[in-house]
Amino acid sequence: MGTLLTPAFGTVFWATLAFLATLFILKKFAWGPILEALKAREESIGNALLSAEKAREEMANLNSDNERLLQEARASRDEMLKESREMADKVVSDAKARAKTEASREVEIARVAIATERKAAIAELKAEVAKLSINIAEKLLRDELADSDKQKALVDKLISESTLN
Amino acid sequence: MCVFLPRFFEPSRSMIFRHIKRLSFTALYLGASFFTFAQTEGHDSGAMDSHATQEIHATHEEHAFHNSEAEEHGSFVAGDFIIHHIADANEIHFFGDINVPLPMIFYVEGKGFDVFMSSEFKSEGHGHNAHAIKMATGPNTGTTYTKDPDTGISAQGGEVFWDISITKSVFGMFFILIMLIVVLRSMAKSYSKKPGTAPTGLANALEPLVLFVKDDIAVPIIGKGKADKFLPFLLTTFFFIVASNLLGLIPFIGGFNITGTIGVTIVLAFFVFVISTVSGNKNYWGHLFSPPGVPNAVKLIVVPIEIFGVFLKPAVLMIRLTANISAGHIIILSFVSLIFIFNQNFGAGGGIGIGVFSTLFMIFMNLLELLVAFLQAYVFTLLAAIYFADATQEAHH
Repeated sequence: MGTLLTPAFGTVFWATLAFLATLFILKKFAWGPILEALKAREESIGNALLSAEKAREEMANLNSDNERLLQEARASRDEMLKESREMADKVVSDAKARAKTEASREVEIARVAIATERKAAIAELKAEVAKLSINIAEKLLRDELADSDKQKALVDKLISESTLN
Repeated sequence: MCVFLPRFFEPSRSMIFRHIKRLSFTALYLGASFFTFAQTEGHDSGAMDSHATQEIHATHEEHAFHNSEAEEHGSFVAGDFIIHHIADANEIHFFGDINVPLPMIFYVEGKGFDVFMSSEFKSEGHGHNAHAIKMATGPNTGTTYTKDPDTGISAQGGEVFWDISITKSVFGMFFILIMLIVVLRSMAKSYSKKPGTAPTGLANALEPLVLFVKDDIAVPIIGKGKADKFLPFLLTTFFFIVASNLLGLIPFIGGFNITGTIGVTIVLAFFVFVISTVSGNKNYWGHLFSPPGVPNAVKLIVVPIEIFGVFLKPAVLMIRLTANISAGHIIILSFVSLIFIFNQNFGAGGGIGIGVFSTLFMIFMNLLELLVAFLQAYVFTLLAAIYFADATQEAHH
């Protein structure tokens, strides 16, 4: 068992030399380039992922911008609709009010005119009636009143009979 | 370990619980493996004596005598068989007599280097014998080297020498590291060829492992900015351990046991120790030598334990990896041994009968080892990352 547990000088000597030499050779010609390549690839993958993430974020930003614009547009449309509706209502109510006053004024004018017309008509009627009465009376009188007494009595009677208002 | 627990728990609670679960599984598995090994050892007692007692008590001569006697009788010594396959060697043994010799390199003080192939070692006496003492003469210094299977290599004439031979594990380690450089270099090239695109082929296959170490171990534990500094070490360690563990599972290529060789794991653990010590910040040393909020009397107890822990932590890393990987090999080899033992004691029928059972278990063990290969690499890397995180943590009171 002694040979198994005692390190032999030659083995240690060669192992040290060979291992050190290999370590330096591998470090310079293998591990260096390999680790560098792995690192470069890792970085490029990382960058790609990062830029994808960034693009996604930008996309999301864009979407939210669009959403905001749409919202604003919708709001302003609503505002405009409301305003126009209000304006229309106002126009209609104004028109209504004006029409109402106009109508009442017309009615007033009409009434005044009617009253005037009526008075004129009455006056004319009176005159006509008077004329007619005179004519009738003239005819009657010409027929009946050959004498002046009778004429006079009739006139009196007629006058008293006709009440004028 | 409980002294370190509060800091150990800091990174992420759920994650650490997951790690604890995995660790406890490893502990369970390790316990089971030792149990199985003990059982197997129990089996081969009797005719072969207990291997462990042999190791401790038997003198060199007795041991050699025992072995040669055992071989004369043609009996099978499971312990030797297993150790032979687990231990580091100076040649790659495929099967039977087919060996690939590896270079022996010795530096004799005052005389210079000796370089020769391990096949130069020849036994003096009778033919091939795995347990025979073999000798070789250095071509440069003329020193005679004696290779004893039990005590190792010694130089005759009491020469002081340093053995820096390319052993099986060293050779395996070279192979793994060169393979890693080639494979990972081509992976790096494929990235620079088509920057920014999805990985294909080899890079595609290995990228999950790189990302696992980076994103599941280093970054969450050490922290994003600080992890970069430690990543090359953690990645190299992880890939080296995984590849070595997997190489050890391939049969018929010499049974490599690289991460089960303590000489290799001690180096890995030493690097963890050096890196965490060198990168330790003010907060780390402050916590180490004067833990805040601890009464002075208690500090007398806590501080030595903490300082001991600084050395213990990498030592535990080393032992855990070596023990786990060796244990896996030992279990599989124990099942192989069972076949020979039953064949020897109960005849061919017994051998075949137990062979079916052993093979099924070996398949299971190989699958489990496949898991352990990744698991141990993960545990080593994870704990190294936790120690680095400990050393570089900012104060947070």
